[in-house]
Parts: sequence; structure tokens; C-alpha cells
Amino acid sequence: MSSAQTKTEHGHTDHNYLNHGSGIWSWMTTLDHKRIGLMYFATVSTLFLIGGFFALGIRLHLAKFGATPLLDPDTYNKFMTFHGAIMVFMVIIPGIPAFLGNFILPIQLGAKDVAFPRLNLASYYIFIAGALLSASSMIFNQVDTGWTFYTPYSTAKTSNGVILLVMGAFTMGFSSILTGLNFIVTTHKLRAPGMTMDRIPLMIWALYSTSIIQILATPILAITLLLIGAEKALGVGIFDPDLGGDPILFQHFFWFYSHPAVYIMILPAMGVISELITAFSKKTIFGYRAIAYSSVAIAAVSFLVWGHHMFVSGQSTLAGLVFSIITMFVGVPTAIKLFNWISTMYRGTVTFEAPMLFALGFMFLFTIGGLTGVFLASTGMDVHFHDTYFVVAHFHYVMVGGTLMALMGGIFYWFPKMFGKMTSDLGGRISWVLIFTGFNVTFFPQFILGAMGMPRRYFDYLPEYTNLNQISTVGSWLIGLGFLVGLITIIHGILKGEKAPNNPWGAKTLEWQTTSPPPHENFTTTPTVTAGPYDFR
Amino acid sequence: MTSVSSSSEFHHQHHFKSADHQYASSKQGIWLFLCTEILMFGGLFVGYLIYHSLYPTVFKNGSETLDWKMGAVNTVVLLVSSFTMAAAINYVQRGLHKIAAVMLALTIACAGAFMVIKYFEYSHKFHVGTVPGKFSLVDPSCAAGGKRAECESKISALLKNPAELEKNHVSTEEVTRLKAVISQPKWEMFYGFYFVMTGLHGIHVVAGALLIFWVFIKTLRRKVGPEYYTPVEGVGLFWHVVDLVWIYLFPLLYLVG
Repeated sequence: MSSAQTKTEHGHTDHNYLNHGSGIWSWMTTLDHKRIGLMYFATVSTLFLIGGFFALGIRLHLAKFGATPLLDPDTYNKFMTFHGAIMVFMVIIPGIPAFLGNFILPIQLGAKDVAFPRLNLASYYIFIAGALLSASSMIFNQVDTGWTFYTPYSTAKTSNGVILLVMGAFTMGFSSILTGLNFIVTTHKLRAPGMTMDRIPLMIWALYSTSIIQILATPILAITLLLIGAEKALGVGIFDPDLGGDPILFQHFFWFYSHPAVYIMILPAMGVISELITAFSKKTIFGYRAIAYSSVAIAAVSFLVWGHHMFVSGQSTLAGLVFSIITMFVGVPTAIKLFNWISTMYRGTVTFEAPMLFALGFMFLFTIGGLTGVFLASTGMDVHFHDTYFVVAHFHYVMVGGTLMALMGGIFYWFPKMFGKMTSDLGGRISWVLIFTGFNVTFFPQFILGAMGMPRRYFDYLPEYTNLNQISTVGSWLIGLGFLVGLITIIHGILKGEKAPNNPWGAKTLEWQTTSPPPHENFTTTPTVTAGPYDFR
Repeated sequence: MTSVSSSSEFHHQHHFKSADHQYASSKQGIWLFLCTEILMFGGLFVGYLIYHSLYPTVFKNGSETLDWKMGAVNTVVLLVSSFTMAAAINYVQRGLHKIAAVMLALTIACAGAFMVIKYFEYSHKFHVGTVPGKFSLVDPSCAAGGKRAECESKISALLKNPAELEKNHVSTEEVTRLKAVISQPKWEMFYGFYFVMTGLHGIHVVAGALLIFWVFIKTLRRKVGPEYYTPVEGVGLFWHVVDLVWIYLFPLLYLVG
């Protein structure tokens, strides 16, 4: 940045990061974390629409049993794979950290930018490259393995598209590592004067814990994906029983990343919820330290529970027992958070704007998702529920009901800060009602279907499952409609929204102390922090 | 970067308090990244550990077919490069740009030498048929899913043909070792690990050489010096990790067996 630009910036009070430099090129080459955050927003939203298209395709197909009304079995498997891979690797994992995190983290810390702005931009382009590489498998050589790429099917039987998809995921993992690294260094090194570690907002604690998981777990995924690629291309034999390898080793490697990855998805969401609950209750958060440390605790425990994905893989009873018990430990820090949120609302001045509705939706849906997780963590019950729609319902409740709810809440909450404009609160509420209702209509019946024994990933089912599947399909369209309304509300807000005040919600964290939208360097003068982040009373 | 006078060349970025602050942050960043590198190789080491314990004979026989002399030379080459890299950092810190550039050039030369030796090692392996699983088979129909037991490996075909042996510079000693290898079931497993581990390491050597070339240019242009040497040090740390991984790979693959 040349010094000339900085001077003009301070000369004009209406100068903000959105009009700091204009034209598409100034966005493409920006080093500003806020702009990079918005670029992730646009990218992830686009990918979400593509992933959603596949989801609706799957549900529409399953609306009718028997003859194949929409998709042939192969196409169904491909739809299912792309829905899963896009939603997991390209939407839910980067969604909150890369988009909201990038935008919020430096401002909440009182920093001018993340520690490594160039690296931040590089992570974005690496992500784009990875997404394109993965997406190219949709065009050239479709994959039908499911997003988990289980061996030996992925290495011995299916098309070479697996190589494209896993190398794309590998590349996106690189981006994830670099973003996490950037956040950790930023949190350690760039806090404003007076902002000690026990004064950082809970969103930061959540992102910090997430970053630790990203740094520690993603390399394992990287090597696993490289091995899958090498196995497919060269037949190295590490996962191939014919050459002495072990397909189960793949599952160990895969879940050693992918279970912690579940917390890469949910921890930032919990951070968002902590911010929303305290802001819309107008009350200091209850149990700041408990919530903060429980994030770190979840991160730590997340590495010890991967074996609960493998109860029926033939691992020893003792291993199953140990993994079962440790898995249930995750419930403790999670419950700590939930009870603290409820205690925060108790005797608070709670208002129900759209972001708060999404926060409450999160608490409701995530609780159901979490409690059904206990079923699956119990070895005996898991044998019955394994690979049924019960599992599908469970992780959709956690990932969609949890992460996407929080993401929507976070978007509506920070929207005024991002664009300097307000969204229509009514639009947000309608969107919430549709998503929340649609979500329960879609996925609650799947718990019942799973308990009745309908297996997951099948392109057809027995006639007795018809009614519940049809209800589920109707629900999926409600969700789609809800997100459409949300999208329209957001676009309408960007184009026609009223001008937002600096602090529309009366929140206390640092990002609300600067202008909406913030100037290029976030604050005109570096703030000094003298108290905790949520001093409402 | 805009071309400004040399005094502001080493100026820290706007979001840091001071050059020291920026240096400490960069240092933390590169160390975190190196942790991820170690963890990624860690996955391979875990796999190696598991299969080594499952098939000790396969790994022992496989290991004996590797040319430990070439591996040892490469170890020395990398150790020397570690020294020249460390020296380069030291000279940059002291502002001795010319000798620093020489040291960096030597490091790149070592990386090149390593890859050349690797090339000879690999190509010999390919000639005698010790290649990852799928390509170890002569008959393509075997690779496409035929019963492995009925398929003949490239090695056994080679061993039956004395003229081919001559052409591929296979000594009688090596014939004995190769026979010992293919007498074991699942012998391809060892070469799977060998090629994946050394291959991934080789990619890191190339990446490291490119990064060193980048700081080499920076040194020639005097973009780094006593006030600002973060890129040289960061690249140096990366290079040391690349060396370190090899220091573990060499005994594991070539010596322990």
C-alpha cells in the first residue's frame, strides 16, 4: 500500500473499504481481509446453490418409490457424491471461518488486517483452484463413491474422476491450513492494546480453536487424499488387500481428519451463536471462560473420537468401547455452551430479530442433532442405526441445522457492518420460518425412516417408506424456498437497503465501534481495550 | 511492491507495530506451517510402521534391493545443503550479500544433485521392474483385474532373460536380492511406500529449490539484508525440514529393512 492512498483515506470520512479502490481488478488483487471475506461469501454461496441443486435432485428422485422416475442409479450415485463433496469441502468447512471469520476476526481483535494478507489472498485463489479441480470431475469423469471415497471401491472399481476430486479436495485443504495458520498468528500477535486473551470475543475463541484443528487435522487428510490418488493412478497397494494393503486403514486416516472436521464446521458456528445470543439478550454472556475453554476442549477431544465411525468395521470391542466413551465426552463441553447460552438469555432483554431467530433455531436443531449423536455413539444402538437414514438425519441436523443456521444468522447480524446497509428484517424472518420448518419436515421423518431400517445412499426403497420420503421431499422444497427468500433479502439489502448505523444491534464487541462499513484499515485510530468483550451491565 | 528508496525497502507492513513485530509473526507462521508438513509425512510414517510390522520380511528384502550408497550420498548432499543454507542466512544477516548469494546457489546446486541422483536411482528401479503395484505386472490384463497369483511380474520376466539383465546393468548380487524379493507374497507393498515417500519428499526438494531461487534473486537485488531477512530465514527453515524428513527416510527405507 502506498502512503498516498492512506492519506486520502483519512481525509474523507465517507471513505470505506468498499470504495477504497474500484473496479474488478482492485477486488481481484485486494489484500483487505474484509474484501477477501466477501469474495468467499460470493464463492461459497454459488457453490451452495450448486450443492443445493444436487440435494433437490436427490430428494425429488426419492419422492417416488419403485421405477426410476428421475435419475438412473448411476446418476443418483453421482448426484449424491457431488452433493456431499460440494457441501462438505466447499460450503460448510470454509463457510464460516473463511467468510465470516475473515471479515470479523481482525476487526474484533482491533487489528488492521490479518497477519499475512498476501497469504490470505493466496488461500482464496488456492481454494478457487481446488474447487475448479474438483468441479472438473463433474464434467470429465463423474465420481460415484460418496464424499467419503471409501476404499476399495474408490481405488479399484470406479472411474478415474476420483483423482480429480481428491486432488481438488487436497488443494482446498491447503487453503484451509493457510487460513487457519493466518488466524492463529493474527490472534496471537495482532490484538489491540489491552485485549488480553481473556478479553477476546467468543467468536475469536471459536475461530482460534477451529484453526488449531485445521492445522493439526488437515495434513492427515492431505496425505490420505494423496494416497488415494496414488493408489488409483499407480496402484501402490497401501489400501489394496490384493497387494497386502488394508482398506480399513483408509477409514482410520480419513476419519482422523474428517471427524475433527465436523468441529471445523460446528465450532465457528458456536462462536457466531455466542455473539448473537449475548447481543440480542442485551446481557453480558454467562460463563465467558467456560464457553471459551469449552471450544478448546471440543477441539482437543475431537481428535480422539474418530473410531465411532468404525464400530461395524471389525475393530475390537474394546476399541469400540473406548471410542464410544470418549465420543460421549464431547457432549460435556457442548452442553456447557448450550446451558451458558440459555443462562445468558435468562433475565436478559431478548428481542427476536432475524439473526436471533436463526440463533434460537440453531440451539433447537443442534440439540436434536447432538442428542441423536449419543444414540450413534452407543456401540449397541449404532449397529442398528449404522448406515441408515438415522445417520443422514443426525448429521444434517448438526451440519445444516447447526452450521448453516449459524451462517445465516451471522450473515444477517454482520450484514450492516459488511455493506453499511440494513436487510429487511421481515425478509430474514420469512426466510427463517421457511428454512426452520422445511428443515424439520425434511429431516425429522428421516430419523423414523432410519429407525425403520431404510439404508442411506440407496436410490430406491421399499413401499412402506413412501409416505415419509414424500414428506421429506416436500420439506426439501421448503428449505430451498427459504434460502431463496434469504438470498433475495440479501441482494435486496445490498441494492436497496436503508443506510445502517454503526451499531444497529447495540452490541459491544469492537467491530461495532467502527463505522459501517469500516474504513480500509478497520479503525481510524487503533482502539484500546479496557474491559471484557460483552459489558452490557 | 512499489519501487521506493532503499531506506523504506525494509519498512514493515502497515498492520504491524514494528519490524520486530512483523518478524515474530512471520516466524510463528512458518513454524506452524512446518508443523503441518511434519504431520503430513507423519501419516506416511504411521502407515510404514503398520505395514512394516505386518510384513517384516517383505520390508527387509525390499530394503536390501535399494542402493544404500546412493541414499548415503544423497544424505551427505542434503546435509551439506543444510549447512550452506544456514550459512546463507548468517551472511544475509551480516549484510554480506555476495557470499550469501554464493551459498544459496550452492544450496540449489545440492538440491539439483540430489534430484539427479534420485533420477538415476528411480530409472534403475523402473528398468528392473521394482515399481508401484499396478505397473509391476507384465501382462496388462493382470492389471485390469486378473488374478494376481497367475500374473507374472516384470522382475521375474527379467530374471529369466540374461540378455535383458546385461542391458539393465543388473549384477548377480542384485539378481539374488530381486529373487528374494519376489519370492515373498505382497512384495509390491514395500515399493508402494518407497515411491510414495521418496516421491513426496522429492516434490518438496523441488519446491524448496524454487523457493531458494526466489530468495537468491532477492539477495542479488539486495531486497534482504541485516534489517530484513525473514524470507531467507523462512525458506531456510522449510529447507531444514525437507532435510530432516530425508534424515528419517534414509535409515527407514535403506538401512532398517
